[in-house]
Amino acid sequence: MMARALTLYAGLVLFFLVAPLLVIVPLSFSAEPYFTFTPAMLSLDPDGYSLRWYEAVLSNPAWLRALSNSLLIGIASTLLATSLGTLAALGLQRRDLPLRGLITGILISPLVVPIIIAAAGMYFFYSQIGLTGSLLGLVLAHTALGTPFVVITVSATLSGFDWTLPRAAASLGADPVTAFFRVTLPLILPGVISGALFAFATSFDEVVMVLFLGGPEQRTIPRQIWTGIREEISPAILAVATILVLLSGLLLVAVELLRRRAEALRTIANLNAA
Amino acid sequence: MSTSGPTLARQLGRAEAKARLKSFGLVAPLLVFILASFALPIATLLVRSVHNPEVAAALPATAAALQIWDGARLPDEAAFGALAQDLLTAPEDALSRAASRFNSDLPGGRALLLLTARALKASKDAPSRARFVQIDPRWGEQQVWVQLGVALEVWTAKNFVTAMDYRYDENRAVVAQPREKQLYVTLFLRTLWVAGAVTLLCLVLGYPLAYVLAQAPQRLSNILMIFVLLPFWTSLIVRTTSWIVLLQDHGPINDMLLALGLIDDKSRLALIYNATGTLIAMTHILLPFMVLPLYSVMRGIPPTLTRAALSLGAPPFLAFLRVFLPLSVPGIAAGSLLVFILALGYYITPALVGGLSGELYSNQIAFHMQSSLNWGLASALSVILLSAVIGFYFVYMRIIGAEGLRLT
Repeated sequence: MMARALTLYAGLVLFFLVAPLLVIVPLSFSAEPYFTFTPAMLSLDPDGYSLRWYEAVLSNPAWLRALSNSLLIGIASTLLATSLGTLAALGLQRRDLPLRGLITGILISPLVVPIIIAAAGMYFFYSQIGLTGSLLGLVLAHTALGTPFVVITVSATLSGFDWTLPRAAASLGADPVTAFFRVTLPLILPGVISGALFAFATSFDEVVMVLFLGGPEQRTIPRQIWTGIREEISPAILAVATILVLLSGLLLVAVELLRRRAEALRTIANLNAA
Repeated sequence: MSTSGPTLARQLGRAEAKARLKSFGLVAPLLVFILASFALPIATLLVRSVHNPEVAAALPATAAALQIWDGARLPDEAAFGALAQDLLTAPEDALSRAASRFNSDLPGGRALLLLTARALKASKDAPSRARFVQIDPRWGEQQVWVQLGVALEVWTAKNFVTAMDYRYDENRAVVAQPREKQLYVTLFLRTLWVAGAVTLLCLVLGYPLAYVLAQAPQRLSNILMIFVLLPFWTSLIVRTTSWIVLLQDHGPINDMLLALGLIDDKSRLALIYNATGTLIAMTHILLPFMVLPLYSVMRGIPPTLTRAALSLGAPPFLAFLRVFLPLSVPGIAAGSLLVFILALGYYITPALVGGLSGELYSNQIAFHMQSSLNWGLASALSVILLSAVIGFYFVYMRIIGAEGLRLT
């Protein structure tokens, strides 16, 4: 009885988590320019549904421009964040690193510093050195926001790492760089890719930095949605939102598969050690 | 033996030091990057919250004259003369910048300075106190001169005075704002309250869910975890959009309640553009940050412990209360602190669904950054919010550490 009530409660919480994401999907196929279910939609009349909002998005140069900006900033900042973050996670593995706690705290801080404060500080600073209204400024800002995720995921992968393997490579004559690329990196790759996907998702989702640092030329998808919500509420936003939910589903499955792969590798390593 | 011992120790020490240096070299690029592109810009806010050079730069003679002013009555003719000299000689753009700054100390101060400068330039009359008062009677008010004196301070505490809901009176004493103008302390307390309420709601919703997921067979819980992770991976702004759709007056929730006969058309619930909207949407968005650490800690609790308590005759609820719950405290601490810290700085969601009563501290910072252009005050508010966040972040790193941040 108690157990059944608990399961029901958990089910309701899961419903609360997912239902809001799914409710926008049918609305994005509405034939009317409203944010609500029309009677025609509720009676499942095919005429109540249409693809007009998807057409509207795909034929609107502003949205396409936003997509290319989002991809450009996202990919550039992901590459930067992943390389810097992976190196740092490797260095942080040494427990006796001087000031390790403080350094970790600083490296993770972009995750917890309120975004508006970071954006305000960067706005003043970047406008002095001419980085506002440029893609470069946004790439740097998004890189800073993405690195904590890379440091965290790569560190988690490294916690189960067998350090005798790169040492074996070294004893066989590999120099440190070769040992890293041929032995260490392939083994920690699932964590690195997970971190990269997190960094990309962070950049692809970010709107406050774009509001403060970007000009009209640097509008991204979240920035377009922001304007859409505040100015002209149209189901075109819901069409974009539906596509984004689908994209996050894909990212999630990718990270989940990588996590299982990393877990399997760790199990094998532990078995070998035993 | 006696000679090789210390040498060996020294060699080992040297090798260790070299390895440490190499590790530091790996961390250094990111550390330098974060310090330069992230920490340094935030540190400039600290300076900006107390540094206010624009007005003094445009009105140097007035600044010097007001230095010797006692503030007890109107300044003497010399001060009026100095201000006239500054207004007549200051470059156009410097004066305009200074006037904009002065506007945040005295409402209407921008127009007062610029129109006075224009009137002085247009007429041939000798600038005197009488002439100033003739141009604008406010120049005969002591409060105006007090505010000008405050605006002329290059290093100033005025932004913190405002941020703590105090002001300067006509004798330049710091006094509390009248009750109806007290804003920022109330807003800070409200932000703490909302963050606390969201944390509690996340715990009440997330603990039982994490418990059920942790008890379920691994295969099933892996599948169910997708329901937790999908919102986690979905864009924040998309989730906020969903809540706008759901909570609006003619949205699905109100329509459903109407269809069920629980409300009638005139009494549709106001769920959005108020504190309710902020609470609901923030709880939904932050819930995964609670469930993930709880689940990860609960999975690590050996089921044998609870079984042992049961076999010794404890009723199930007591076994949970005395055995399982204490062991899950690290998860509760990690999840609650993380949700609370993130909620303190929330901006996008309250800006889009909060309306006026659902506004948080970050929204006031944005308002002063973008609309009122009172950047000094925006910086002071940022310093206050950041201090609170760093305080809780420090506690988090102390008792949980970076290893407690699990993302998958």
